[in-house]
Amino acid sequence: MTAARRRAADGIDVPWRLLAILRQATNPMEEEDQRSTRGANQAMTVSAAISVEHLRKVYRVYEREAGLRAALRGLVQRHIQEVIGVDDLTFTIELGEIVGFLGPNGAGKTTTLKMLAGLLYPTTGTLQVLGHLPWRRERSFLRQIALVMGQRQQLIWDIPVSDSFELNRVIYRIPSAQYRQTLDELTDLLELAPLLQKPVRNLSLGERMKCEIAACLLHRPRVLFLDEPTIGLDVVMQRRIRDFVREYNRRTGATVLLTSHYMADVEALCRRVILIHHGKMLFDGELTRLIERFSPYKTIAVRLQEPANLRPYGEVIGQSEDRITLRVPKSAVARVTARLLTELPVIDLSVEDPPIEAVIEHIFTQEEVG
Amino acid sequence: MRQLLAIYRQQLKTALAEQLQYRAALIIWLIEVALGPAVSVSVWSTVARNEGGEVNGYSSASFAAYFIATMLVNYATQTWVFWEFSRRVREGEFSPLLLRPIHPIHADLAENLAYKILMLPVIALVTLVLFLAFHASIALSLDNLLAFFPALVLAFALRFILEWTLALLAFWLTQVNVINQLYVVVVLFLSGQLVPLTFLPAPVQTASAWLPFQWMVAFPAELLVHPLSLSTLFTGLLVQLAWLLVGFALLAFTWQRGIRRYTAVGG
Repeated sequence: MTAARRRAADGIDVPWRLLAILRQATNPMEEEDQRSTRGANQAMTVSAAISVEHLRKVYRVYEREAGLRAALRGLVQRHIQEVIGVDDLTFTIELGEIVGFLGPNGAGKTTTLKMLAGLLYPTTGTLQVLGHLPWRRERSFLRQIALVMGQRQQLIWDIPVSDSFELNRVIYRIPSAQYRQTLDELTDLLELAPLLQKPVRNLSLGERMKCEIAACLLHRPRVLFLDEPTIGLDVVMQRRIRDFVREYNRRTGATVLLTSHYMADVEALCRRVILIHHGKMLFDGELTRLIERFSPYKTIAVRLQEPANLRPYGEVIGQSEDRITLRVPKSAVARVTARLLTELPVIDLSVEDPPIEAVIEHIFTQEEVG
Repeated sequence: MRQLLAIYRQQLKTALAEQLQYRAALIIWLIEVALGPAVSVSVWSTVARNEGGEVNGYSSASFAAYFIATMLVNYATQTWVFWEFSRRVREGEFSPLLLRPIHPIHADLAENLAYKILMLPVIALVTLVLFLAFHASIALSLDNLLAFFPALVLAFALRFILEWTLALLAFWLTQVNVINQLYVVVVLFLSGQLVPLTFLPAPVQTASAWLPFQWMVAFPAELLVHPLSLSTLFTGLLVQLAWLLVGFALLAFTWQRGIRRYTAVGG
């Protein structure tokens, strides 16, 4: 402001000075932009799309017991409690990766996504996205990312979808040719054609989500944060969005970090998953390894020529006409399989990993207990 | 700069399209804006007649002119951002705005301008009807008329900046509407919309001159109604300019603090 005042003081053509002041006062980030592009260039040597080190977020919340008396007491004396949202997370995501971010409600997934997108300031630790410090929200950074988080983010309720898209085109300064191409692609992949001219309020939940996602992708973000992109959608729509994310990643090489409650999303999209619970990292690695590491069991499915009692071999967890499923400790799989094959008239036998939901549920309940 | 203009053009188009959806609301608003000055003029005309034709130098015709002028200026300068902001913050609508590569104030400015453009025919009609119905009389001078437009623009800029700053309190307070309500009352009194400022007690008038509110409505309105001396006119414009600079400083300060807080407690 001192600079602005100085400029105003020695300014002769007032309106233009005013304009400059207006721009400065309303764009406090503009200067920062220039300052930090240097930082960005330095960081360009790092190839990772996202790197996070010892990231921690602590919220300070006012605690109050229920009831009127407590409310009145709260007026005088407030109890501040620290709530740990994210605790010491460290991970790196390479350009072009799709990573699933898993954890029960309140694990810190959304907090982490918000920090990565620049909506939250980390308490301690460092983080970088595409060489930028997200919380600075430099324009050059914001133009390269997108955060899809539930409904009613991008679209304007009362006007046709295409008008909202058009607004994003100018705000993100998307060149016309590129805009048209991207829009065509998105229209094609998400089947948006019949929706574009409708006001948003007339769209169904699934249709809105599709348009929401499209609006976020018009500027072709290089890093895409998806927070529960398929929540509340039917199975067909879930699959369509899933396919779309994969296709977008394939076509543009974008880095995708997604959270989802639906394991089908994660299994279909992510080779790598990061598991967090109570803000802490439990696992970071390939999905298949997650199962190996955390599931102490495998399942053996057997088909027999004639019925037999399989109890002695393991825990029977499923039985249909001639097919029986056993749960066997991993260490015993080889032994049990050998015994089954020698001792019983086996037609067919297969060893499988338990379903991923079961494994993850197992991990979280274990954590609760431990 | 060109980019910013392009964004404004699109925002205006969008906001117009959005607000055209509410044609019924336009009618209600029409009644609302006409009602205020109509009541004021009726009351004060009666008072003037009972006092022998004039109160504090205002005849019923000049009352009519004054209240129509304040209505016009109020229409041109008012915003509703501070009502909207608390909802935005509470319902998580602010985060997407923060993630756009443009300052959120631009969208609000464009939206307010769109609203004013849209309302222009409505307000023109109301003005004409009231003007004829109450036999308003105005004494325009060329100086005043020339000064009116910069004064109006400054008044709008000042009010918009201050009200946007006020709106930012939503980052700290959950029940910000009480403060908004208070602000509205203060503006009603000290901007000269309720009574001409010369009707207020002298100390209040002095205080008011140092506060920004009368420069947001009363000053441009008076330029339309009766001739002000050149010195009053230039002083007025300078005070507006000074307050505008203070407004920018306040805005920049509050914005920076507010965003720091918002990103600390969770968007």
